[in-house]
This record gives sequence, C-alpha cells and structure tokens, in this order.
Amino acid sequence: MKNSGPGPREKGKDLLQIRNLHVEGFSDERWHPIVRGIDLTLKRGEVLGLIGESGAGKSTIGLAAMGYAKPGCRITQGSILFDGIDLLAVSETVRRRLRGSRIAYVAQSAAASFNPAHRLLEQTVETAVAHGIASREEANRSAVDLYRRLQLPDPETIGFRYPHQVSGGQLQRAMTAMAMACRPDLIVFDEPTTALDVTTQVEVLASIRNIVEEFNTAAIYVTHDLAVVAQMAHRIMVLRDGLTVEEAETRQMLAAPAQEYTKTLWAVRKLAKPEVAAEEYLLTIDHVTAAYARTVKVLQDVCIKVPRERTVAVVGESGSGKSTLARVVTGLLPSLSGSISFAGQPLSKSLKMRPKEVLRRIQMIYQTPDNALNPRQTVEDIIARPLEFYLGFSGAQRDRRIGELMHMVEMSEAYLDRLPAELSGGQKQRVCIARALAADPDLIICDEITSALDQIVQEEILKLLMRLQKDFGMSYLFITHDIATVRAIADEIVVMHQGKVVEQGMKSEVLTPPHPAYTERLLSSVPEMDPDWLTTLLARRKI
Amino acid sequence: MTSFEPIAAIQRLRRSRATRAKTALKKAPFSAWFGIVVIVGYVFVAVLAHWIAPYGETQVFSEAFAPWSQEFKLGTDQLGRDMLTRLIYGARNTIAIAVATTLLSFAVGVSLGLLAALHRGWLDQILSRAVDVLMSIPSLIFALVLLSIFGSSITSLIVIIALLDSTRVFRLSRAVGLNVAVMEYVEVARLRGEGARWIIAKEILPNVMPPLVAEFGLRFCFVFLTIAALSFLGVGIQPPTADWGSMVRENATLITYGDVTPLLPAGAIALLTVSVNFVVDWFLHATSGLRDEK
Repeated sequence: MKNSGPGPREKGKDLLQIRNLHVEGFSDERWHPIVRGIDLTLKRGEVLGLIGESGAGKSTIGLAAMGYAKPGCRITQGSILFDGIDLLAVSETVRRRLRGSRIAYVAQSAAASFNPAHRLLEQTVETAVAHGIASREEANRSAVDLYRRLQLPDPETIGFRYPHQVSGGQLQRAMTAMAMACRPDLIVFDEPTTALDVTTQVEVLASIRNIVEEFNTAAIYVTHDLAVVAQMAHRIMVLRDGLTVEEAETRQMLAAPAQEYTKTLWAVRKLAKPEVAAEEYLLTIDHVTAAYARTVKVLQDVCIKVPRERTVAVVGESGSGKSTLARVVTGLLPSLSGSISFAGQPLSKSLKMRPKEVLRRIQMIYQTPDNALNPRQTVEDIIARPLEFYLGFSGAQRDRRIGELMHMVEMSEAYLDRLPAELSGGQKQRVCIARALAADPDLIICDEITSALDQIVQEEILKLLMRLQKDFGMSYLFITHDIATVRAIADEIVVMHQGKVVEQGMKSEVLTPPHPAYTERLLSSVPEMDPDWLTTLLARRKI
Repeated sequence: MTSFEPIAAIQRLRRSRATRAKTALKKAPFSAWFGIVVIVGYVFVAVLAHWIAPYGETQVFSEAFAPWSQEFKLGTDQLGRDMLTRLIYGARNTIAIAVATTLLSFAVGVSLGLLAALHRGWLDQILSRAVDVLMSIPSLIFALVLLSIFGSSITSLIVIIALLDSTRVFRLSRAVGLNVAVMEYVEVARLRGEGARWIIAKEILPNVMPPLVAEFGLRFCFVFLTIAALSFLGVGIQPPTADWGSMVRENATLITYGDVTPLLPAGAIALLTVSVNFVVDWFLHATSGLRDEK
C-alpha cells in the first residue's frame, strides 16, 4: 500500500471551474449573502481543502460544486463548469444524473445519511444500479472491493449488516464506499471526520486518502480542522464571510500564511497554560463504580481528586465513561459503590437527597448549548433564574447582577432580550457559562463544552474560562477528547479507557513519555499541523 | 450564516408580542380571516345574547311551528318559542359549556401528561394504563352510561365529557412532553433543584404549546359535537335551556314539510366547527416550520 502523502502527483486537466459564485440564504424575511464571489479551479485528481470558521460558506460552496443549493438558499450569480458542462445552465434532470454518478457527496453525519432499515451493501450499490452503470452483481462485487480498499473489517460480509451494527468510523467509511461506487470524478467531503474520536479519525482519514489517490479522484474537502486539512489537501483555500481570504499549496500555506486572518487561525492551537500543583482538594471521588440498568458497568473503581482553583481534564474516546462520571458527580446517576466527598462533606448519591446549597456549588456546562438553553426563554430569563432560585435576588439587585454576569462573559447587555436561536454558537455557550456563574459555584463540570464550536471560538471560550478561574477561584472538571484543549487549560489530567482510569497526574507528567499503551495511542492520534504527520504516523504504526 | 452586519443585529431588540401578532395576522390567508371573523361574531352574539335576542329565552307564544314572519323572523318551535331567540341563547349556552369542558379536559390532561413524561416510571405506568382502560370504552356510550348514573345536570355534563376527552389530551401531551423532557435544559433545571411544577410550567410547557393549541381547537370542535349529539339523544343540556343540538331534535319533524328551520342550528354548529378548524390549520402551519420549502 502506498502512502505517499498529499505530495505532488500527476494532475490532469481542469475538472471543475467555479467563477464568481454568489449564493444567498433566506432568513428573517430577507435574502442574505452567504457566498460573495468565489473563484475556484480544481484539476483532476486534486484535493482542495476549504477551511474557515462556521458561517464562512464552506459547506455552501461544497454543495454548489454539485450545482445544488440547500432549501432556503439560491445561487444568484456565477458559473459552475464541471468537465465542460455548465451546471447552472443545464436542466435539473441532467444535474441529477451527474450527481451520484460523476459527482458524489460525503456528509458529516454518516449515521443520519444512511437509511437504518436497509443493509449497507444495498445502499452502497443503490446509485450505481439506479444510474445503470453496473448490474447488481457487478456493483456488489465492486462494493466488496471498495470495502477492502477502505480497510473495513470482514469486507465480504460487512455489507450485510445494518447501519446500527457498525461503529461510527466504519459507517463513515461505508459512506465513502457509497460515494465511490460509481467511480465519480469529484467527491465533496463535508467535515467527514468531525463527529469522530481522534483515534477513529486517523483510520478514516488514512482510508479516505488512500482511496482518493488510488482512483485519482478529485475532491473538495470541507473542514474547520487545520491539522486535518493539512493531511488531506494539495491546496488549501481559506474562507471568511463568503469571500476567499487566501489560497495556496498546502505546504506553502502552512509554512508562510500571507494574510493576518489566516495567521490567527494558525495560532489557535498554540494556547497553553502553566500547570500549578494542588494545595487543597475540593472533590474526592473514591473507588466509584457505576452502571446503567445494574448490569452494564460504565465506571469501574474510579478514583479522582479535584483540587481547589485547579482544572482537572478527563480525556478518553467516546464510550470511555467520561460523561457518566459527570452524571455520577451531579447525582443524576447514583453510583453502585464507592463514595464522593465535596468540600470535606460526603456527597449524597442521589440528586434528590442533596440540599439546595450543595446543588448551587456544583454547576454543569454542556457540549451543545442548543440543547442546554430553553429555546423559549430569553437570555435574561435564563441567567436570572439561578439568582432568584439560589440567592433570592430580586429587583435592582438582580438586574445589577445580571449586568455583571453578562460583563464577565464579555457579552453586551443588548443580548438580554434575545432568544437562544438569535445567538451564535459561541454566544450561546457564553450564556451557559453565565448561568453557571450566576450560582456562584465552587466546581463547574464542563462536558466537552468546546467540541461543538469552531477553533477561533474555542480559543475565546477557553481563555474566558481561564480568566474566570483566576478571578473567582472555582475548580473545573473538564471532560474532553481534544488534547489541544487539555494543553490549553489543564493542571492535572485523568486518562480514561473503558470505564477505568488508565493514567492520572500533573499535565507535564501525563503528556511526556513514557506513556501507557493507551495514552500513547490517544496522544499520537491527535493530528498535527505537519502535512507529513499522517504518513509518518501510519509508517510508525505499520498499518 | 449570521455573521453579517453584526452591529445592526445587536441593536435590533425583540419585537413585542403585539407587533409579532400583528405581522402574523397580516400574512394570514383568507380562510384564517374567515374563521377569525366568524368566531368573533359567535362570541359577540353569545356574550350579548340577553340584549340582542328579540324575546326571552323561554318565552312561549300561542302559535307553535309558526312560519317565518315579521313577528317571528325564523318562526317558532314546537312549543311556540321564537326560533331566532332560541338560536341566540343557544350560542351562549352551547359555546360556554364547550369552552368550559375543553379547558377542564386540557387542565387535567396536560398536567398529568407532562407529569408522566417528566417522571416516567410507576406514575407514568399507572396513568397511561388507566387512560388505556378509559379509551377502550367507546366514549359516546360511556358518556351516556355516566350521564344516566349521575343525571344530566350541566356540571356533570361538563365534568364527564372533560374527563373522557382528557384521555386523548393526556396521550398527546405525554408524547410531546417526552421529547422535551429529555432535553438538557430540563436536566439543568433538575440539577438546579427545581420542583416538578416549575419544570412543567416553565421548561416543558412553553416548548409544547404549538401542538397543544392546535389540539385545543380540534378538541373544542369534538366537545361541541359531543354535546350536540348528547342533547340530540336527550341526555345533554336539558329543556327549557336553549341548545342547538336539542333544537334540531325537537323540530326535526318540520323537515318532512320542506321547512329548513331545524337545519339552522345544525348549520350554526357546522359553521363554527369549520371556522375553528380554519384558524387551527393556519396556526399549525405558521408554527410547525413546515413552510413551503421547495
């Protein structure tokens, strides 16, 4: 198997030419520009990375490359030339015939894109058969071949499974196989690994890169993760507010970004905090075992100590029991055995047994602020409730405190009348932080709070949390799978795997070798900004 | 896609409830307008019945089954009471009872349904199975049986129909409540230590209002029809109280003579039912988000 990396390779003629593309979206009863004049050229066999923060228009461009606009969006200007065919001039029937057969699309959430009622194989070959490219037998044979090339386990039989019977990473690869079934000239990958763990991500990235190379397929790779795009793309295009910021060959872009905005994107991953040793412990989790339905043990004999005014990061892939740990600490899931003590006092296992004062001192912030904020309450309602409920504030005192809290999370008071839907992702997370702060807590449990945000916003939120910790001295129990985040904020690290603590200690100890085997795998799976990283890693792991 | 003109966006405050209602009304289709006008008209007549009606509700004149004339605009009924007057008072009685019944059935059904959705477990099991039992008995027959046991007073009529109807409301509100009860903001409220009453009223209820309001309109129509049907069968609203259902029954013989008078109360029921449904349709369409997406 060749792993030449996204280095130079034979490129053909221009396959896709987009000129002066304008796309508008409809909201608030008027049309807003989303893409404002993009030019883009893609050669056969070339991989172009589109990168930018959310709202930059990168997914919209990805879809426009197929001559498609989402419902509520329209392409207002420009031309999209695919292999000499003007996608905007031809009829919808022609476009539909091209899509699936010559242009394919791989979405972010494979789980949402597969029909749960049909087997993987049927769905993989569906387009090829429907477009009359191959007979069902041929298509099935070639699907098995694709599964093998994508390094799926048991390629002969995996196609007979249903989508829920394979893992997320396998499903994402099956979706790539589906896109590849017609041997398209162009594939649009829309954040295909964003929803995956780092350890799974590496496998999927390697498979995608190999297969795209083998078939010399051109690809547009949309992502907000710089390190990922560095591994995948020959060229990178940085987007902001629907405009091109800059475009260059990957190596050149990484080595010497020309624009100021690009440099800030690059700088995000360099956030780091000096660790401080513990003085006094706030939360002690002692030999805790927890299970759902009494049989499936998700936490086994876990011991963790959280010091005052420090941050303990809990890392591990999904299913490692990180979030369950949070549920046990908050009392949502009473533990089977073991004990937890908080500020020297034993903590009741069940939420209902805990006095209001204890509830106030432990607050929680969630991964997706969309779900954590009631869509029918204004920002003011949301922040005011803990003040009224725990502290009995009312009238002018309440209003003044709300103002202070908004100030603490660096938001204008003009937002107080807004509903969550009228805020951006980062602002919503700030409101969640303000709500937690309103209770004046000693411990804040942060469950993957930055993983749904793009990198610039992530950095802002992390900086905010660090500043708040310095000012108000609360402890964080920070659950994450992202090592860059851990570097940025942690004092101590706990590595979890399959419900057990694999390693714990100060940040410097855990992050410097030698590591236990699992920590090593986790750490080495975090993509780096070096375009040769994936190649080197795969060579080292001898995949 | 919100990063444009951030400054303008910050200054824009939320429009008030009144202005939002006004813009919504402005965009309402003709059918909704028709429905609103008819409903307002009915309410107007019902409230002002005492002043609009030409005669007293139970005032009897010498001529029974009188034809339409200057004196009796729509003739008189089998006992010689003015039809127009009875129609107007019927609006007041029938609509008031229907509104009271629907409100009661919603108060019971929604609160129990959301409570079951929030707590799950044994409470949910007991309530849901009890509702299954009640729903397994055909409701009109069950209402007839209960009314013959407890007598057809207006209070027992309201309570019995409300309880039977609340089973459907319970099912709906439990189903929509379950979707909201698993949201993280409900978990946040539980972690904060909020009681069930606050969580239901402030966190869950506002998020399940659209389907419930739609259901309210539909339930109102069914209650209305149930009352009319019971009155037609003679166990609903008792004479001499004017009521559209019994008016149809009492004057049904006139139809044999080609007189349309007994159809008027039936028409009044039909018109109100259709109007309410127009408004509900519009409301559902406006709040469901299922707008004409191409």
